Amino acid sequence: MSTLPEAPSARASSDPIRVATTPNSAATAGLPVENEEVAFDIRNFSLWYGQRQALVDVTIKIPARKVTAIIGPSGCGKSTFLRALNRMHELTPGTRLEGSLRHFGSDLYGPGVEAVSIRRRVGMVFQKSNPFPTMSIAENVLVGLRLNGVRDKAVLQERLEKSLHMAALWDEVKDHLNRPGTSLSGGQQQRLCIARSLAVQPETLLMDEPCSALDPLATAKIEELIQTLRQEYTVVIVTHNMQQAARCSDRTAFFYMGKLIEFGNTRNMFTNPGNPQTEAYVSGRFG
Amino acid sequence: MPGPGSRAPDIAFKWVAALAASMIIVLIVLVGWQLYAGSRMSLSKFGPSFLWSSEWDPVQDKYGALPFIFGTLVSSLLALLIAVPLGVATAIFLTELAPQKLRQPIVMAIEMLAAVPSVIFGLWGIFVLIPWLRDHLFVWLRHYFGFLPLFQGPIYGVSMLAAGIVVAIMILPIITSISREILRSVPNLQREAAYALGATRWEVLKIAVLSYARRGLFGAAVLGLGRALGETMAVTMVIGNRPQISASLFAPGYTLASVIANEFTEATSDLYLNSLFELGLVLMGVAIMVNIAAQVMLKSMTGSGPIKVN
Amino acid sequence: MAASPYLPTERFARWRKAKSTAVTCVLVLCALAVIAPLFLVIYFLIVHGSSSIDINFFTQLPKPTGEDGGGMANAIVGTMELLAMASIVGVPLGVLGGIYLAEYGSDKANDWLRFAADVLNGVPSIVWGMVVYLMLVVPFKTFSAYAGGVALGLMMVPLVMRTTEEVLILVPQSYREAALALGVARWKVIMVIVVRTALKGIATGVIVALARIAGETAPLLFTALGNNFWNHNLKEPIAALPLQIFAYAISPYDDWHRQAWAGALVLMALILALNITVRILSRDRTHNH
Ligand SMILES: Nc1ncnc2c1ncn2[C@@H]1O[C@H](COP(=O)(O)OP(=O)(O)OP(=O)(O)O)[C@@H](O)[C@H]1O
Ligand SMILES: [Mg+2]
Repeated sequence: MSTLPEAPSARASSDPIRVATTPNSAATAGLPVENEEVAFDIRNFSLWYGQRQALVDVTIKIPARKVTAIIGPSGCGKSTFLRALNRMHELTPGTRLEGSLRHFGSDLYGPGVEAVSIRRRVGMVFQKSNPFPTMSIAENVLVGLRLNGVRDKAVLQERLEKSLHMAALWDEVKDHLNRPGTSLSGGQQQRLCIARSLAVQPETLLMDEPCSALDPLATAKIEELIQTLRQEYTVVIVTHNMQQAARCSDRTAFFYMGKLIEFGNTRNMFTNPGNPQTEAYVSGRFG
Repeated sequence: MPGPGSRAPDIAFKWVAALAASMIIVLIVLVGWQLYAGSRMSLSKFGPSFLWSSEWDPVQDKYGALPFIFGTLVSSLLALLIAVPLGVATAIFLTELAPQKLRQPIVMAIEMLAAVPSVIFGLWGIFVLIPWLRDHLFVWLRHYFGFLPLFQGPIYGVSMLAAGIVVAIMILPIITSISREILRSVPNLQREAAYALGATRWEVLKIAVLSYARRGLFGAAVLGLGRALGETMAVTMVIGNRPQISASLFAPGYTLASVIANEFTEATSDLYLNSLFELGLVLMGVAIMVNIAAQVMLKSMTGSGPIKVN
Repeated sequence: MAASPYLPTERFARWRKAKSTAVTCVLVLCALAVIAPLFLVIYFLIVHGSSSIDINFFTQLPKPTGEDGGGMANAIVGTMELLAMASIVGVPLGVLGGIYLAEYGSDKANDWLRFAADVLNGVPSIVWGMVVYLMLVVPFKTFSAYAGGVALGLMMVPLVMRTTEEVLILVPQSYREAALALGVARWKVIMVIVVRTALKGIATGVIVALARIAGETAPLLFTALGNNFWNHNLKEPIAALPLQIFAYAISPYDDWHRQAWAGALVLMALILALNITVRILSRDRTHNH
């Protein structure tokens, strides 16, 4: 584990065509630059569970339409950080936070801002797949749209197909869309959950260890899917798998004990980390 | 390990314990057999027509169960109609909304409600609830909904509706506490999935919680029905005890359990007593079947996790 | 990125929020409606009951029909006697049955026994009265305290059995193994080590069952029957608080109504006391472990 995975990490991020088609990422190959579009602008962000501080003074700019990986040892606050990005942490009673969090310029915690509307714009995929067991595959995908009042059959059908295509699930389920969502395999269920998040067309997708319960084949499918997503979406993914972070992310943030230790271009982080703790962690010499 | 000398007491003890445990089965058989034995005369005299004959005339020695079956079903269903929405809503309130500090006191209040004996509900029903129903709620209902046959006719106070309300209060605790267990067994991931889609609290309840829990909640309702069917004292005290079948909920009625409670010690002829036993047989048959259905439903809902059904 | 064509309109979002708020309000109201009856019952019990209670209530026998005054001394004592008899029937059967479930039975048999216990729990209480009537009243040609005690005792069996099993299972397996390894006979291990360890839990279960049957009226109607005098012989009918409350509540006399409220208050106090005992016992239990 001390040698770094090299080849795969270059696979997508250095793809010349993709760089050319997304104007804002002209400088992807290099370090973060000043004028790239920012999805999340987070400053001096701290979060407490009751008395216990889980995040300490985090300042980070997560770029738009790129994949940002969050890595760090267990318990360092990765999930906490991710869940604060669409205010899911509010479901845990007794949490409190400080600092400023902006998503495409608008304050996530501003007065009068509804968590409901934020979560529609910032979707989330969980470690364990959680399709609604009483709904069919199609209903699972479309439930978010239905909640938002979309009734038009044609629109629903179009979104259903598009979301399932994007989640690379369409071919596998197109003939039995009416079966329960839970009739699928674990990997398929996870992709179904991704399709469900994509159907409402969020601007950003948060993924908390989406592959940790999956076998290598299913993992590869999801990683492929993340590559296609980055054209349209901002993706923030928490992962324990260094190769996965190296393979499919553009930027990597390393957290340790609630602090953001280092944030930078993924290739730099893995080949030439600026911080000895990062180096120790990515090379597997940690703890 | 135990020598040969200590084997005998060991085996004896095991058998005594097994005997005690098997008493459960013995009791079920005993209850069924005794009720059957007690009603043999009316079973052979009236046959199955006992169930749909509506005549109950001790003077002529003619007996039919229909008014009592009707009264039992209507009062129990009324009770369910009131108690299920209230109980499930309270369970939702307790698991999904209530601030942590409020939960324990409310749960305790509900447990206390469960501890109030039937006869005290009956006493309260006679002297507090019925006068209020007679003078206010029933008058109001007749005024605004009098076009429905359900709310027509003279108001006495004692009535099918009064019985339904009292029984509803009595089955609320069990429906609430079982519903609460069911809702607590809904995985948090389901709620999070819905929240992450941008669902409002009500939408989360609808798509993630209630749809997941609906079978179990149905089981809770069926269990409540099992309890309602057998309620005796409070019902006897507020239903009016008249063996009639009326469309009006303001009219008095009679239930299987309450006719047994009232007339058992006064049964003058053997056939009379046998008929009362047959009513008991019907009551127990229905109550046990409903109970078994509820147990099965709740078991399949919660997997192996035990649900206290007390 | 172009604005999503499917973004909800501002109005629709407000409508969803309003709906959610409305549902929340309804839920709160329902919860209030559920606990309201408790307070209404307790309030009237205290108001009517406390104004009717006096020393006579605890010391005197009921007065003949229509005469004012008198008390329920015999019914209070009768209820205690009935509970004692019920325990004599219900506790050994229930506890031994629970021991079998926890210590011996096979998984499959236990599933059935548990299921049967839950079914038995669902038998309407009036049915117990009828069954015991045929078993003990008809053969001996008299209503009796015994019959009432047996009816209540049989109702206790499934309750005590289930709670006993639950607490015995919580006793760590290592206790049993340690004692068995010393060569102690299995039945002694169970009685001396396992049951002793779980004694408080078993007692709690018994008290829960007593609190449940203390207010039962229906099973006593055709077994214990009720009695206006002291019971000197358990082969004869005996008075009980719930029976007396019932009889007085449906009577036409105001003074008896007053006494019914007083009786109800005393009965409720007794049941509450049992429940509080349970709470204290189980609080200790959770503290110790
Ligand atoms: N609900 C909670 N209440 C109290 N403390 C919590 C809660 N959730 C998390 N924590 C604490 O916050 C810290 C960060 O937790 P978090 O779940 O964000 O870690 P993580 O980096 O996602 O770990 P993992 O890799 O194991 O998923 C941990 O120390 C944890 O103990
Ligand atoms: Mg985590």
